[in-house]
Amino acid sequence: MNTAAFALIAIFTITFALAAATNPRLMHAALSFAVMYIGIAAFFFLLGAEFVGLVQVFVYVGAVAVLIVFTILLTRRDVGERHEFKWGGVAVAIAVFVGLVWAILKTTSIAVAPPVAKALTVKQVGEALMVSYVWPLLCVGVLLTAALIGALILVMEDKPS
Amino acid sequence: MTLSILLVVSAALFSIGLLAALSRRHAIFILIGIEMMLAAANINFIAFWRFVPAPALPTGVMVVIFAIAIAAAEAAVGLAMVIAVYRHFRTTDVDQLNQLKG
Amino acid sequence: MRVSVEAVDQVFLHLKQWLLSFLVGHVPDWVVQVASSLLNIGTVLGVFLTLFALISVLERKILGRMQNRYGPNRVGPCGLFQPVADGIKMLIKEDIVPDRADKVVHFLAPILIAAAAILALGVIPYGRNMTPFVIDGGILFFFAVGSTTELAVFMAGWGSNNKFSLLGAMRAIAQMISYELPLIITVLPVVMVVGSLNPDKIVFAQKYYYFGFLPHWFVLTPWGATAFILFFVSGLVESNRTPFDVPEGESEIVAGHMTEYSGFKYATFFMAEYLGMFAVSGLAVTLFLGGWHAPLPWLRFIPSFVWFFAKLSVLLFVFIWIRGTLPRIRVDQMMNLAWKFMLPMAFTCLVSAAVWYYNGRRVAGWLWSFAIIAVVYVILSLFLDTRRKFAPRTYRFAE
Repeated sequence: MNTAAFALIAIFTITFALAAATNPRLMHAALSFAVMYIGIAAFFFLLGAEFVGLVQVFVYVGAVAVLIVFTILLTRRDVGERHEFKWGGVAVAIAVFVGLVWAILKTTSIAVAPPVAKALTVKQVGEALMVSYVWPLLCVGVLLTAALIGALILVMEDKPS
Repeated sequence: MTLSILLVVSAALFSIGLLAALSRRHAIFILIGIEMMLAAANINFIAFWRFVPAPALPTGVMVVIFAIAIAAAEAAVGLAMVIAVYRHFRTTDVDQLNQLKG
Repeated sequence: MRVSVEAVDQVFLHLKQWLLSFLVGHVPDWVVQVASSLLNIGTVLGVFLTLFALISVLERKILGRMQNRYGPNRVGPCGLFQPVADGIKMLIKEDIVPDRADKVVHFLAPILIAAAAILALGVIPYGRNMTPFVIDGGILFFFAVGSTTELAVFMAGWGSNNKFSLLGAMRAIAQMISYELPLIITVLPVVMVVGSLNPDKIVFAQKYYYFGFLPHWFVLTPWGATAFILFFVSGLVESNRTPFDVPEGESEIVAGHMTEYSGFKYATFFMAEYLGMFAVSGLAVTLFLGGWHAPLPWLRFIPSFVWFFAKLSVLLFVFIWIRGTLPRIRVDQMMNLAWKFMLPMAFTCLVSAAVWYYNGRRVAGWLWSFAIIAVVYVILSLFLDTRRKFAPRTYRFAE
């Protein structure tokens, strides 16, 4: 049951990732990208990190995908999409994939089954965030504020004075 | 479901992201590829956290939470830059953004 | 006497266990779990689709009475079979898809919106032990699913290949994103005081009674009342209800992102809006109004799900009442409201809840939290003076 679920989610995610990477139509690729993130969140659920899965759906599908779709709308000349695809990139990507898979399969120490683990509750995540990881949390807060202000300044048009 | 097969899946996602980043000309697609690579790395973190013999510390989960936040910030700023570049050059084709070339 | 109260309260649970007992010995364990989940899902769908049909006719009747006329009263007793007539009408209408519309995206958009609304209904506790899916981060699940509605609205607007649809979809998304922040931040005080994201635990924390008769609901605290009002208004906006129905106002943008949809797909959008309303009301009941607890300790013999649906009905009546009373708000007024007023007030609620909680719920805590909210409200009202300043009136007569 576990293996069947894993296989299903893996096929789903990789199909939509391929669609997002190779579809010549911009909008369809962006929407496949959003669906792919639901697949990745399903991976997180399968591995027992439900909080991260929900945060992933919330941030990526709810915010980043909408941002990308808005940007596509704001930066198009007309509906004619050019299908220009550089095949050199495909060769590099395949080479990287082959290299990674060879390295993974060569390491026999990681061909292990998952140990039985307790589920990670939200309470534990909260305690870890507020006790051990409070400095990174504050830094990420400052970073997000800076990114927000920076993005606004980049996009704001100069007012005609 | 062993750790190796999980890492193979995330390696596949990473190379698909690399494919999108390298072989597309539209700036937004390159950003999509970068986000895919980040997501593949997040899956790696969670996979390694899960397969540790006694996963008592939520370290992997913490790193992924911060990685998601940082990736979202980077996507926002990257897309703002794409819009700003489009306003100036009226194109999103990265092959045409070569005005600094000597 | 105690046993029969318990039996009535848990009647649906016992019914489900009796139905599953036919399967237990004969099939593997995971089939029983899947069957149990399917029974939960079927019950939630059945109850809420019936409620949707009922509310669609009751809304028209209540609005009619508020406007000094009868609502629909021809079909069936007092017009209560009107949804059947509406359903048949919607089903037999021709399904028109624009020629240059993006077929796949145009088709999937109403399905996705309805799916998001139905998913959100799955984590709300409807009675004692009657939560369809108990998830540890239930509130986060609710909001994560609600935020996928924005993408679906955009798909509807873009897939129609129509400028009005696109513009309406952009406005709808801007409205929903702006009000998602107050929606989530007003939930934070409750989560902070209870210490958990699990809706069952939040309901459990409201089960005590002060002095023997005042219920311990969060709406009866200063920060809770403010947070409830802000949450309710944000819920109004998220479901695109008047006075915030700019995305679907007929005099403004035809029908916004739903312009190019006809027949059953339009009915699906309609259904998704009402189901979203139910989900937000259900969450408001869970977080602030004590969930399925009775308001007075001697009324506890009435089953828990009756209390939940009674409170839900009161909130839905307030939704309909507001629709019949207030005019539509302009887009810029709405944005000002969200970012300049509701967001600071939401943060004030958070601070006020912290002060209340860490004073150990003594009188000093209550007074300080009320004072913080009142002071910030007065300051905001003074700063955000949004009344237009009128020039002295001049008259011009024809010469």
